[in-house]
Amino acid sequence: MKYHLEEQPDMGKRFINIWFHHLMTDWFVRHNPGLQDEPFVLVAPDRGRVIIKAASPAAGVLGIEPGMVVADARAILPSLQVFNEETSRKDKLLNELAEWCIRYTPIVALDTSDGLILDISGCAHLWGGERQYLKEIIAKLKSFGYQVRAAIADTIGACWAIARYGRLTAIIEPGMQAEALLPLPPVALRLDTNVLERMHKLGFYQIRSFVSMPHNTLKRRFGPILLEKLAQALGEVEETIQPIRPVQPYQERLPSLEPIRTAAGIEIALKDLLETLCIRLLQEGKGLRKAIFKGCRVDGKMQQIEIGTNHPTRNVSHLFKLFELKINTIRPGLGLELFLLEAPVVEILSMEQETLWNITKGSANKVVMNLLDRIGVRVGINAIHRYLPDEHHWPERSVRLAASLQEKNPLIWRTDLPRPVCLLPLPERIEVTAPIPDYPPMLFRYKGKVHKVRKADGPERIEQEWWLEQGLHRDYYCVEDDTGARYWLFRLGNYGEDKPEWFVHGFFA
Amino acid sequence: MGPANKGEIIEKLQKQILSMQGFRETAAQGVNTGLGALEMAFPNSVFPTGAIHEFLSPAAEHAAATTGFMAGLLGRLVGQTGICLWIGARRTVFAPALKIFGIDPDQVIFIDLIREKDVLWTIEEALKCDAVSVVVGELNGITFTESRRLQLAVEQSKVTGLMHCFNPLKINHTTAVARWKITSLASIMEEGMPGVGYPRWSVELLKIRNGKPGIWELEWSSGQFRNLDKPNPVVEIPFGRTA
Repeated sequence: MKYHLEEQPDMGKRFINIWFHHLMTDWFVRHNPGLQDEPFVLVAPDRGRVIIKAASPAAGVLGIEPGMVVADARAILPSLQVFNEETSRKDKLLNELAEWCIRYTPIVALDTSDGLILDISGCAHLWGGERQYLKEIIAKLKSFGYQVRAAIADTIGACWAIARYGRLTAIIEPGMQAEALLPLPPVALRLDTNVLERMHKLGFYQIRSFVSMPHNTLKRRFGPILLEKLAQALGEVEETIQPIRPVQPYQERLPSLEPIRTAAGIEIALKDLLETLCIRLLQEGKGLRKAIFKGCRVDGKMQQIEIGTNHPTRNVSHLFKLFELKINTIRPGLGLELFLLEAPVVEILSMEQETLWNITKGSANKVVMNLLDRIGVRVGINAIHRYLPDEHHWPERSVRLAASLQEKNPLIWRTDLPRPVCLLPLPERIEVTAPIPDYPPMLFRYKGKVHKVRKADGPERIEQEWWLEQGLHRDYYCVEDDTGARYWLFRLGNYGEDKPEWFVHGFFA
Repeated sequence: MGPANKGEIIEKLQKQILSMQGFRETAAQGVNTGLGALEMAFPNSVFPTGAIHEFLSPAAEHAAATTGFMAGLLGRLVGQTGICLWIGARRTVFAPALKIFGIDPDQVIFIDLIREKDVLWTIEEALKCDAVSVVVGELNGITFTESRRLQLAVEQSKVTGLMHCFNPLKINHTTAVARWKITSLASIMEEGMPGVGYPRWSVELLKIRNGKPGIWELEWSSGQFRNLDKPNPVVEIPFGRTA
């Protein structure tokens, strides 16, 4: 099922428009199966009245339409069932449907009025042609309980018009949209109601009656919007859509004929996708830093695992190893029917960088990187630290995290000042007996144990860096107790009006 | 066959046994740990690299002493270009201080974990990677099974593993090639001089495979170990080696 863009016979744009003509009521029936074929409406209050927002097909037949007041509808059918519509439910539902449609094409956009627009350029042949493709989508949605009309055409405007007002065929062959649009009413061009009213008054019941009129006449009478919509529908002006998910430039797809539920099956799919992606990365001289492997489940849920690497790579076996650690977190449910592999972060990786892997000294680094990648995937990349010196005296700020594992040390590590080999993450309070100010303590109590100080060095005063943080200075002392253990103690601030506090901050070797 | 001849044969056989037990002289020959007289305790008088060393620390103060001693070893084992992995949960080691013990802190990659289970997994993975020079692990003690897994990993990769066991609840029998216990000793200053002197430790080699356990006093001064040859090894296990 692999495909390449070169194999496409026709590279013209193709769009599909799916129109859910009873979106909300279909959804309501799905959740309340008893209402199937019953006349009911969904309502919402609007300016002190209760307005119908959606009417079921059975109610529609009786002339009950969205926009009516409930009282009027009740006059037509006293037994009409009325339910409240949740606000924002519609947007959410349409969004969910759009997400589901990603299995058919990566570019799915919302249409303002109960519809979806799919850019299907180069996708339909995977399902054996546009007819089967369309049939499959409609049948799947119908099996969920949604009544839809859909059409395929070269332009977004044309497929919108055909989906709603077309009578003959749902698939408009490439380049034939002008002919298909001619018999349709002007409302198919997505125009404002006041423009439509004016056209109706003038007797323009079909697009063919005004399409050949001079442009400046049309513009004068109906405004520039008509010309724009007409040009968009005919394909003279390109129309853009906002995909619900940004299109990943590095993405590979693998639909499966049968839903896959086993780990072995997922591994095969992953390997296949990795190979395709890495070949592409090789051709473009890139390596990936981050990859996401996604599986679309039969029930519409998405499963995904993500890996990150410390350096750009396109080594299939290494990437597979990283993913392997996480494969068991995928819950296939009833089966996965589509696999996606995305590389959201790629970096340049030149040929020689890769070929020199195993002969230069860099090879050791490479192996260590791969090891760190594996560790990072298992325990989180934040667990890995490497430090470089920083120009601060304050002990907590005297090191900074290295940006990468290759970063060279621009400074030198100082050894002229005593620094403990073990530093407590937070200094701990101690009680001390100190003879006179600026002398080290004679004894101190730490964790309930009294330590007699035998030897001491200090003080080393470290000032708080006022441009970073306000606070008192610290006077550090190295002390050794009667057992030979060595501590790094400090006094916060001066002896003054109140007693200063003492802390233990580290242990010397 | 004379008695001298017999001694030679025995020595040769012992060497063979050692090599079968995973002591490869050729690989280890290059490393000079600078431990001085202490090295006599090791088989063939060579610090066993490509093996697991176990360090016991009963209290936080001793943990610092052990860390210092391990850092001193690291400086020699890692060298100028090697990479060291320092793996543990609740790490307290302060990177800049490692420089005092002769290892560049930027050669060390710290992996700070939360779960003990991850610590063992990470240590094992790291020990399997032959591009790493030394792996330092900080644990709450290892069981026999765990130590055997680590031993199998280093036999393949020839990485040296220094396992620092904090406060072990019970000391298990392990496959580690050596078991150390470092405790800090009061530093020595010249008569009448104030201040704290060089780090000084009592280095106890509780167990060494095919070697002689004992106790030594070491000091870390001017970038190297200094053996304060005062006490002699107290324990001696007879080992039929001709001197």
